[in-house]
Amino acid sequence: MEKETCTFSYCKRPEVTEVECDLLIMGGGMAGCGAAFEACRWANAKGLKVVLVDKAATDRSGAVAMGLSAINTYVGENKVADYVKYVRNDLMGIIREDLVYDLGRHVDDSVHHFEEWGLPIWKKGEDGFSIDGHEAKEKGHKMLKDGGTPCRSGKWQIMINGESYKVVVAEAAKKALETNRAATGMAQNHFERVFIVKAVMDKNGKNVAAAVGFSTRENKIYSFKAKAMVCATAGAVNCFRPRSVGEGMGRTWYPVFCAGSGYAFGMQAGAEMTLMENRFVPARFKDGYGPVGAWFLFFKAKATDSYGEDYCANKEYFDDAVARYGDYAKNLGTAIRNHLMMRAMKDGKGPILMNTHTAMAEFSKRIIEQLGEKAGAKKLKHLEAEAWEDFLDMAIGQASLWAANNVEPEKVPSEIMPTEPYLLGSHAGCAGFWVSGPGDIPGTPEHYTWGYNRMSTVPGLFMAGDVVGASGHKFSSGSHAEGRLAAKAAIAYILDHADYKPDPKMTLDEIAAELYLPFEIYEKYKTYTTAPEINPYYIGPKAIQLRLMKIADEYFGGCATWYMTSKTMLEEGLKKLELLKEDCNHMAAKDLHELLRCFENYHRILSVEAHARHILFREESRYPGYYYRGDFNKIDDANWKCFTNSKYNAETNTWEFKKVPYVQMFP
Amino acid sequence: MPSFVITEKCDGCKAGDKTACQYICPHDLMILDREKMKAYNQEPEQCWECFNCVKICPQQAIEVRGYSDFVPLGSQTIPMRSSDSIMWTIKFRNGLTKRFKFPIRTTVEGTVDPYAGKPEPDFSKIKEPGFFTGPARTE
Repeated sequence: MEKETCTFSYCKRPEVTEVECDLLIMGGGMAGCGAAFEACRWANAKGLKVVLVDKAATDRSGAVAMGLSAINTYVGENKVADYVKYVRNDLMGIIREDLVYDLGRHVDDSVHHFEEWGLPIWKKGEDGFSIDGHEAKEKGHKMLKDGGTPCRSGKWQIMINGESYKVVVAEAAKKALETNRAATGMAQNHFERVFIVKAVMDKNGKNVAAAVGFSTRENKIYSFKAKAMVCATAGAVNCFRPRSVGEGMGRTWYPVFCAGSGYAFGMQAGAEMTLMENRFVPARFKDGYGPVGAWFLFFKAKATDSYGEDYCANKEYFDDAVARYGDYAKNLGTAIRNHLMMRAMKDGKGPILMNTHTAMAEFSKRIIEQLGEKAGAKKLKHLEAEAWEDFLDMAIGQASLWAANNVEPEKVPSEIMPTEPYLLGSHAGCAGFWVSGPGDIPGTPEHYTWGYNRMSTVPGLFMAGDVVGASGHKFSSGSHAEGRLAAKAAIAYILDHADYKPDPKMTLDEIAAELYLPFEIYEKYKTYTTAPEINPYYIGPKAIQLRLMKIADEYFGGCATWYMTSKTMLEEGLKKLELLKEDCNHMAAKDLHELLRCFENYHRILSVEAHARHILFREESRYPGYYYRGDFNKIDDANWKCFTNSKYNAETNTWEFKKVPYVQMFP
Repeated sequence: MPSFVITEKCDGCKAGDKTACQYICPHDLMILDREKMKAYNQEPEQCWECFNCVKICPQQAIEVRGYSDFVPLGSQTIPMRSSDSIMWTIKFRNGLTKRFKFPIRTTVEGTVDPYAGKPEPDFSKIKEPGFFTGPARTE
């Protein structure tokens, strides 16, 4: 097909605004808010300009938009070195221990700030039971920073009343940005509903000179020129065909609005990636994707097959897992538990059940024994509310699903199920960019550090949260802390490179033409057919997404093949993906909403391509239960206990791959 | 549909400076039909059911109908979010109703002062571990 270009012959030319700043923060989620909070304090003292861009409204943007019922990373009374071991175990032995340790020694400060800003954090009462965050404050329980005792649901997790978690964290970030406006005289430094589409390189061939995007509310294009940038956007969701393909396509486990835009941004800049083959397939309550953590850890519920058997204890499954995956199987991390669950499902022993009813019965018995009938009944009422709050804080649709099916968890068990795959680096996954560590931790090898903490291999381009590779299990609090680490290092970089003046390779006209091409195409061809949805000259955003999902699902180890793929399947799928990528030159958008969807889906395609090519490069099954290489269905430490790093060249559309040594820094 | 807008209750936020649901939706789904002055969900299959439009609507004109692929009819989940707490009413298909109230924040909205009482940044330590608030923990 002929290459399409935009000359504004058919669609209206947008207004183009250039914003100049010192530090640009992309994304207003937990990592972005952390970055703003830390950066502005340093920047204000030096008169540096900080700008934050968010594609949504920061009060409710990012992975915590709905709320959360727990903070999953709070080190507290534990040892940071033990946090490293826990993350390493869950991520099958290969992590950047310097990054994880650095996160662990900083994360609690962010949690203490959340509490100070108004997040209610549960405390442990004198009777050993939990007290909600509001009551704890009223009754004068100590705050965490003063030695208060949180209510642990697991070794690293603490319970919160988190409906407004993001609103509270956003308020501090917005106030921080306000102080930076006062310090620098900038009229605006917080842009909501502006979607960053791509990185524009500097004429010097090294830096990213500008991040360009468009308003989703008015015909306006923005070019943000900055001396340094923190990329703090989310992972990639809705890339693989989900289990629900109608309305339920939106009921993803991780937020459906995570479009892999940060992965795409770094890739366009040529930043090196690591472990992009990693993915997360959470086992969650079926269809509603409600959280299981509190049920497992706090209520001590057990998951079994439909015959009541603990599938993790099945000798046949377990022995086979040990034969293939060695000692990793013995540690029973999240991936291996998934693997064993799937074995039971494939043997027809499903549905897999979370036995909420037996857990609640045991809990009740214990409480009544301890407190007597009357006080016990009151406590049980409180406990029931806590169980429901777990859903209402973070997966409201699951509460509705239970109500619609007349499910009372204390009476009947509920199905759990492995979901479609997700790409992310902050939760229980570690797909992302290869970044510099802090460098001061004993035992750090040379190849882990190149000057500035959390800086990618592109000078001045920093990463935080989901887009940092090889450092999972940060969760909400860790992402906030990592945003702060990246921002602080970025300020140091800016001060060291005060003479740098960004000089983008593209003109503003060229940028506008590229970003508005889907408008031009739609307007040019829309009247050729009687129904604009069906047209041989273009492809709409929904069609792009469905094609991507089908390729990913069928060739790259989605639900359709029980997460199974191989060299031959990957290569076939990549051919189809290449054609889809080419077709993106024919994307059409009828309005700003569709323009947003076009580029979000383009970002998803790039993210999935990196994922598939990494799976192809790693000739083993490092993450059983998440995906399998049928042609190498074992863990092969002798050849593959290493990082797999890649670099994408956007100009030539080519990839480079290499193995990078993993170094164990902690025993 | 996931979120839906009740025609009779929606006034398009004509008295406000912005359409509340359109402002808050994290996925750019809620949109105002300027002719009818009523909002609607323009892409229901991309709705995450985060309920942020439901919680923010000043007219209580927005509710959620569970995903049609797997949620039977007849249940209702309604939040009432105030300045310090949220009240949930959950109606089961069989009529059973549960009500829960949870705190949402312990400070008054708008009163966060992020740098009050915090140390000034020490530029001699900008390349060391720690934040502007103090050093990293050691063990």
